[in-house]
Amino acid sequence: MRLDVLNRGYSPGTKLLFALIRLFSRQPVPDAAKLVFYRPDFYGSRAKEFTHEAMRGPSTWSVGDRELMAAYVSQANESAFCIGAHGATAAQAYQDRAKVQAVLADLESAPVEDGLRATLRMLGKLTREGKVGAEDMRRVLSAGASPEQVEDALAVCAAFNTTDRLADAFGFEVLSPEGFEAGAKYLLKRGYR
Amino acid sequence: MLAGDKKRAAYRALEDRILNGEGRASPDQRAHAFASSGLPRPLDVLLGKVAARPTQVTDQDFAAARAAGFSEDELFELVICAAVGWCARMYDAGLDALTEAADEEDG
Repeated sequence: MRLDVLNRGYSPGTKLLFALIRLFSRQPVPDAAKLVFYRPDFYGSRAKEFTHEAMRGPSTWSVGDRELMAAYVSQANESAFCIGAHGATAAQAYQDRAKVQAVLADLESAPVEDGLRATLRMLGKLTREGKVGAEDMRRVLSAGASPEQVEDALAVCAAFNTTDRLADAFGFEVLSPEGFEAGAKYLLKRGYR
Repeated sequence: MLAGDKKRAAYRALEDRILNGEGRASPDQRAHAFASSGLPRPLDVLLGKVAARPTQVTDQDFAAARAAGFSEDELFELVICAAVGWCARMYDAGLDALTEAADEEDG
């Protein structure tokens, strides 16, 4: 990573935790994990709390849907680490890799429900342009998403626009496919806290 | 009114911490980074990219900021402030548009 403190600035206890993660996952510690363990009182603790609430808190979207939104937002940002991480997590959550690949290749022809498709379209516009209007939201609501679902999707969008920016600014190392699969398994078992 | 204020409140807690809590960068610097405005060179280049086109951040952007006297911990904080500030405005733009559309449906 571009800041040396994010590569080495950890307490002995955190270094031990990283060693255990490497031992049990047989993969390097993802830079996303290192970021939230560096001075966690400044960023990591509250970021994890928010991200967990957005991704695993109460919602009528499934965990797979929300991981797909994370991957889709990350694709709009061209953020390689997060596309890999959340594409893998969505595929495992749905147990359907083809569906995730179809959405990331061409949202309009992908086999997803209209409410989810319209929500993803709106999240893509918000991510690329930084704003959306009431007209965009009316289209999502008329496609079948509820206002609560849109609100939940906006939380996912905020979480991953934040993480994408930090991943690309700090220079997260892109993992191997095996590394992303191991991370996805962890995120589905333990969430983001 | 929509029910999911808990999620927005959790993001607001993050915003409040990075802006108003203890830090190595001054509260004034963190506020400018968050707002993406009033930043001195070369910090404006690095943090402008973090906010608007983060894939274009380079090692040289960090090197220039270090050469201008910013420590690693200050840059850690200011990059986070720039990212969170941009996303907080994006989040609110989405919620405002949703509220407008949902109110029309109700009324």
